[in-house]
Amino acid sequence: MSQQIVSSQPLVEVKDLSVTFSKKRLFKPTRVVRAVNGVSFEIAQGETLGLVGESGSGKSTIGRALLKLVPMESGSVRFDNTELTTISRAEMRRMRRRMQMVFQDPYSSLDPSATVAASISEPFRVHEGLSAKQAWSRVQELLEVVGLRPSHANRYPYEFSGGQRQRVAIARALALTPHLIVCDEAVSALDVSTQNQVINLLEDLRDEFDLSYLFIAHDLAIVRHIAHRVAVMYLGHIVESGPAERTYQRPAHPYTQALLSAIPIPNPERSNRAGRILLRGDLPDPANPPSGCPFQTRCPYAMDVCREVMPAMTAVDGGGQVACHLQTAGPELNGRSLMDADVEVVR
Amino acid sequence: MSADTAMMREPSVQRPTAPGIKRFLRRFASNKLAITATVLLGVLITTSLAAPLLAPYPPEAIDVVNRLAGPSPEHWLGTDSLGRDTLSRLMHGGRVSLAAAAFAVSIAITFGVPLGLIAGYLGSWVDWIMGRGADVLMTFPAVILAIAIIAATGPGLVNAMAALGVVYAPRLFRVVRGATLAVREETYVEASVSIGTPAYSIVTRRVLPNILSPLLVQISLMLAAALLAEAALSLLGLGVVPPTPSWGNLLGRGFTEIRTTPLLVWFPGIAIALATLCFNLIGDGLRDSLGRETRKGD
Amino acid sequence: MRIDDLRIDFATEHGWADVVNGVSFEIGGNEIVGLVGESGSGKTVTGLSVLGLVPSPPGRRSGGHIWFRDTDLTAMSPHRLRGIRGNEVSMIFQEPMTSLNPAFTIGDQIAETYRRHRGVSRKSGMHRAAEMLDMVGIPNATARVRDYPHELSGGMRQRAMIAMALCCDPQLLIADEPTTALDVTVQAQILDLLVSLRDELGMGVIFITHDLGVVAEVCDRVVVMYAGEVVETSPARDLFSRPRHPYTEGLLSAMPQLGSRSGRLASIAGRTPEPWAMPTGCRFGPRCPYSEHECTTGPIPLRSTGVDRQARCVRTDELDLRGAQ
Ligand SMILES: Nc1ncnc2c1ncn2[C@@H]1O[C@H](COP(=O)(O)OP(=O)(O)O)[C@@H](O)[C@H]1O
Ligand SMILES: Nc1ncnc2c1ncn2[C@@H]1O[C@H](COP(=O)(O)OP(=O)(O)O)[C@@H](O)[C@H]1O
Ligand SMILES: [Mg+2]
Ligand SMILES: [Mg+2]
Repeated sequence: MSQQIVSSQPLVEVKDLSVTFSKKRLFKPTRVVRAVNGVSFEIAQGETLGLVGESGSGKSTIGRALLKLVPMESGSVRFDNTELTTISRAEMRRMRRRMQMVFQDPYSSLDPSATVAASISEPFRVHEGLSAKQAWSRVQELLEVVGLRPSHANRYPYEFSGGQRQRVAIARALALTPHLIVCDEAVSALDVSTQNQVINLLEDLRDEFDLSYLFIAHDLAIVRHIAHRVAVMYLGHIVESGPAERTYQRPAHPYTQALLSAIPIPNPERSNRAGRILLRGDLPDPANPPSGCPFQTRCPYAMDVCREVMPAMTAVDGGGQVACHLQTAGPELNGRSLMDADVEVVR
Repeated sequence: MSADTAMMREPSVQRPTAPGIKRFLRRFASNKLAITATVLLGVLITTSLAAPLLAPYPPEAIDVVNRLAGPSPEHWLGTDSLGRDTLSRLMHGGRVSLAAAAFAVSIAITFGVPLGLIAGYLGSWVDWIMGRGADVLMTFPAVILAIAIIAATGPGLVNAMAALGVVYAPRLFRVVRGATLAVREETYVEASVSIGTPAYSIVTRRVLPNILSPLLVQISLMLAAALLAEAALSLLGLGVVPPTPSWGNLLGRGFTEIRTTPLLVWFPGIAIALATLCFNLIGDGLRDSLGRETRKGD
Repeated sequence: MRIDDLRIDFATEHGWADVVNGVSFEIGGNEIVGLVGESGSGKTVTGLSVLGLVPSPPGRRSGGHIWFRDTDLTAMSPHRLRGIRGNEVSMIFQEPMTSLNPAFTIGDQIAETYRRHRGVSRKSGMHRAAEMLDMVGIPNATARVRDYPHELSGGMRQRAMIAMALCCDPQLLIADEPTTALDVTVQAQILDLLVSLRDELGMGVIFITHDLGVVAEVCDRVVVMYAGEVVETSPARDLFSRPRHPYTEGLLSAMPQLGSRSGRLASIAGRTPEPWAMPTGCRFGPRCPYSEHECTTGPIPLRSTGVDRQARCVRTDELDLRGAQ
């Protein structure tokens, strides 16, 4: 399924994207964080790319950079063959109707002093010059699409539960039938049951409107269901990407393996606590990244070369790419094979 | 999902009402002090506004027989040294004093609010330059600066209040800028940017409504301060030129007779204190009832 | 410890809302009991009430007792309760930053807690702090006692919080969503730590969470709450293999599965009732796929469904509910 989609012209093409934040501090040197570091990926029309990784790894920054909400340092972002980094403000504003975002916290992404109708009709007002009155019937339709009642239009966000608010935010993102929706932790703040409802909704909408999603989440289990392909981020780098099927069943990067094995399994009979790869320590300070491979400080298989050289992206059998020296520089570690036998080392 | 499938179409949907305002009114109404203050202030304002209709005598009418008289059926609050009716002068004076305070505050709003929004939303060097300008203006004590401006432009209530407005503007600027800075970081503002909403629209539709609560609080407190400042300036003879009454110059003239008729100081003093207190109480009430509704569980 | 028919109400605009309604369960030493349910089901309030920490007003306890060994905590003076809090019973929270004081070093805060209950010298307080930080796996503990909370990462802060909670060797630890704000990798570390500390110190743990995955990992017994009521209690294994309440089944089937991605994700229809508008009869009734007329007639009692198991469902014996896959 994913193969067919990828073969068509990509909707989004990101090459070597880097984003740097610098924060001036009193009496201390300026803190420079390279939140995104030379990242490349593509999203085809109708495809969902899952972006996973621990918090602070730069996922939101990528999503925001796609929509030009943060200044890019270098690299290129092409959306439907238009280079976004160089277009004018006015052109960018026109592009915005085709790319929308749903944010993590449904409690802060809706203006508390605006009615639901006012929030949802904002895109109509901006891009089609409609007044709230003229947009009224479209607002009603949208509410119905996301499974809310038309009468909810007059209400204020505080009257809704988290799941309902997230539906309102989705309705707003859908208003102008965009091609791409960046879902930044769109379900992370919700209870599992509500989470599932929202994911089902997103999948239905994807099928109906041929939407592409960049689906950002720190929880791999959620991404599993919705994403065709997955990219795993660590400290500003994409360390592995590939079809969801392959990545979940045969993760090629030790970090992906650790992330997967850390997910608690809701069944004591199948608990994976014994076989769990427990990572040591925390994410390193992003302002002070380690030399060589970014994961080197916590990697259970770190070798000498990992401390010095940043591994390049190499193809993985079964689809996708991984940046890990184990792929290129001898995977035999005391007789223990790191990758399951069915993943072969390329080159 | 039965919540979705069991959903019914509701045929007629009315235009937006404002439950937000209803909620505010309900909360405000439950604050007894604030409600009392509002009612009292309403009485003060209407009697002042309707002074030409309600006042028993014209403010300059002289009753030569009853000079410096105490309260009596003809003159409820007594008379001054020229025999003018204190109640009538208080009512007419209130007109001048309240209007003066409102004028000063509206000047402050005209400058402080837009500049504060711009500085807070744009940030960077725009904010820096405006911030330093406000700092300079704020280093002068309000009344002293007003006196200096009057020294340059000549006395008169309009000049005095315009001067006061200019002095107050940076305070409002500070409040608006600070609140805007906070709101600018909210995700819903980023959401509007991502939709492509122009900055002007974001500031007026997203930022302004959400900074209204600190703004209203500040305005009501500022009205109280402006009322006091008007009194101070008129007391010093820098505001309203006699014989036009204002609470400030009534107080000032009262002092000349304080030995013989202390009531002439008491009544304008009470009027000023009462109005100031009302503004402050309303400000507090607004602060409490405009606060955000707490989050509702999912 | 034993909670007996606990009732907590909160004053709302709509009148008194019973947020915790007749909750009873027991916890033994060396046992981890999971308290699960969707947000708003009253888990936190139940946990807080053990230590008399429910904010009042708007909260009030309208009934019930909390027996800690042979004393009734609800009848205890605030002063004596303070002596127990942080000493014999202690609590950790989802967001450690809210319970750590940003103005003091973590060493000071742990030492302070220890000294308040044990009356030892400053020096041995600090010694204890370093010992505790070491025990919870903070590297280089003797140096880290001088760190301020903001200098630690989220995971380290939670470890420091656990160190503080455990410094007086409590017999009962109440952990309110201690890993919800953390990444899965760090969550795995903290869960591991809690289980090994339990084995080492032999304390009872009330583990509050909304994540059944976490429950499966660490809990011996589970108490499922819905809308302020206990709907099912069971040993963890039995709960997962054969739930006896439709709500538990719903929660289990909604858990994300890593293995397969076929079809639509399951979810429980509708939403939790507002605490001031509880349905009559079974509170889960309006969302329950098995609901019948008899479910709506009156309050449903907890009934025994097996060894050490109870469920609040009139149809529990007829239903064959699906467990975890
Ligand atoms: N506006 C900002 N200013 C400064 N630093 C930022 C900003 N936004 C993000 N960062 C930093 O960039 C890094 C990546 O952040 P983010 O993209 O939010 O990560 P994620 O979404 O994966 O949790 C973090 O170290 C964060 O502190
Ligand atoms: N301080 C409070 N004031 C009013 N209501 C509260 C307060 N704390 C909790 N509640 C209410 O109690 C109910 C249960 O809350 P809580 O115990 O926090 O749920 P959980 O921890 O299971 O998510 C909720 O409906 C919540 O609105
Ligand atoms: Mg993020
Ligand atoms: Mg809670």
